[in-house]
Amino acid sequence: MIVDKIKKREVQTVKNKKSKVDIPIGKWLKCEKCGEILYKEAVTNNLNICPNCGYYFRMHIDKRLDLIIDQGTYERFNLDIETTNPLNLEDYPKKLKTLREKTGLKEAVACGTGNINGEKVVICIMDSGFLMGSMGVVVGEKITYSIEQAIKQKLPLVIFSVSGGARMQEGIISLMQMAKTTSALTKLDKAGLLYISVLTDPTYGGVTASFASLGDIILAEPKAMIGFAGQRVIEQTIGEALPQGFQTAEFLLEHGFIDKIVERKDLKDTIYKLIQFHKGGEK
Amino acid sequence: MPNLKLSAWEIVEIARNPKRKTALDYINRIFDDFIELHGDRKFKDDKAIVCGLARIEKQNFTIIAEQKGRTTKENIERNFGMPNPESYRKAIRFMKQAEKFKRPVVTFIDTKGAYPGIGAEERGQGEAIAKSMFEMAKLEVPVISIVIGEGSSGGALAIGVANKVFMLENAIYSILSPEGYSSILWKDSSKYKEAAEKMKLTAKDLYDLKVIDKIIKEPQKDGEVDFEKLANNLKKEIVNAINELKNLEPKKIVQNRYEKFRNMGEYIKL
Repeated sequence: MIVDKIKKREVQTVKNKKSKVDIPIGKWLKCEKCGEILYKEAVTNNLNICPNCGYYFRMHIDKRLDLIIDQGTYERFNLDIETTNPLNLEDYPKKLKTLREKTGLKEAVACGTGNINGEKVVICIMDSGFLMGSMGVVVGEKITYSIEQAIKQKLPLVIFSVSGGARMQEGIISLMQMAKTTSALTKLDKAGLLYISVLTDPTYGGVTASFASLGDIILAEPKAMIGFAGQRVIEQTIGEALPQGFQTAEFLLEHGFIDKIVERKDLKDTIYKLIQFHKGGEK
Repeated sequence: MPNLKLSAWEIVEIARNPKRKTALDYINRIFDDFIELHGDRKFKDDKAIVCGLARIEKQNFTIIAEQKGRTTKENIERNFGMPNPESYRKAIRFMKQAEKFKRPVVTFIDTKGAYPGIGAEERGQGEAIAKSMFEMAKLEVPVISIVIGEGSSGGALAIGVANKVFMLENAIYSILSPEGYSSILWKDSSKYKEAAEKMKLTAKDLYDLKVIDKIIKEPQKDGEVDFEKLANNLKKEIVNAINELKNLEPKKIVQNRYEKFRNMGEYIKL
């Protein structure tokens, strides 16, 4: 407790010092949890965690790659594909184009191979900044392709999920990606390969109800919100307020649906350690 | 032919009509000696999914069916056909038994979706659906799924990973209800009719998208569905499909299903 207070005071001082300097708008950001105004760089340098209250900000794919994959070892899969816009929604292609320019991402997931402390893995990282990390045909295909590559190259598979679920804009085709990714995982399972699923804030709907829940080992970041149905839908259905802590990673751990909650700073080493336990198991 | 003039929203209304035939109506009419068996062996018997054994002539089947109530009382008992995780775990138990005893599986899909409740989340609704699809994908016996009414979201697909997916002419199959869709995508729940038109949730749309394999006509008689005729046709289709699949090697049966779902959704290569 005392240590916490000291830490808090230190941060405060640093912040006050910084605030004397003339910093242009755009370099500050407000913590969604504690409301504290934070210097962006202080958050970035702290693994995207609020230095004041410990809130985990969501991570851009590039940052997550930096955190998990050894520098210079990431090689993205050469799979450049695009949706056919199956529902012919007028504004959907436009929206995708704008998002690509804004986020620098091609889609809501990036997939490839890379090393974790020297151990080569197939890695998929989702991004909530791209249509809430929702799964349409591109995300479904990329995840499936990654699973197939893990089988082909006999590598462990690590998927970082963050998603609102199946992508509304592609309708039933999005729903079918749940069956597609799940079917592919049956083959990975048969091949005796390790799949570590890491759930980050938030993971919901069709992603929770498919590949995210099917890891041999399922990890989660502290306080990540994870569930099938959204909280508003549940509240409207049952007509009462939800209990505190409902659908948090801690709630899932208590109910037996995840193996372990791992702090962001420990994720890489924990995944590495788990891989070590599974070496030589592939068929 | 009456379908041609119906709007997608009108079909939604037909699919949801409380008087529409439910899974047990079809099961009792199509199969002989249906015997319902209960429970997930873990927590409870959730009544939104009915499981059991049945026969057509000498062919045994495992039946897994989402069951809406036909009366208010039955609807309360069956949670309006919205399964809790135990329903999917019960389904998994019967899928595995089907494989052990080499029985084909027939599933009937008819749900507004998996139940969104506190208990459902505490007991892993997402995990239950994922596992159900996972086990279904691996089954070394033929699986046929029939969408008979509402096939909404993961709650429907959870028992829909089949070698053949049939759909009744006036059933719907979608990512979500049109109401939910318009509220999420357009932040306006009143645009549900427009959503229904956009979503491609009718049997014809889904056949064109290759999500389903066959449309089962709903023949009319005196302004109503001729249930006898419909059930007879459906029975024939089930028998034909099983005859087509049952002599395949177990591995081929799995592969056949795998390829079907592996290829779900077209995309453009850049």
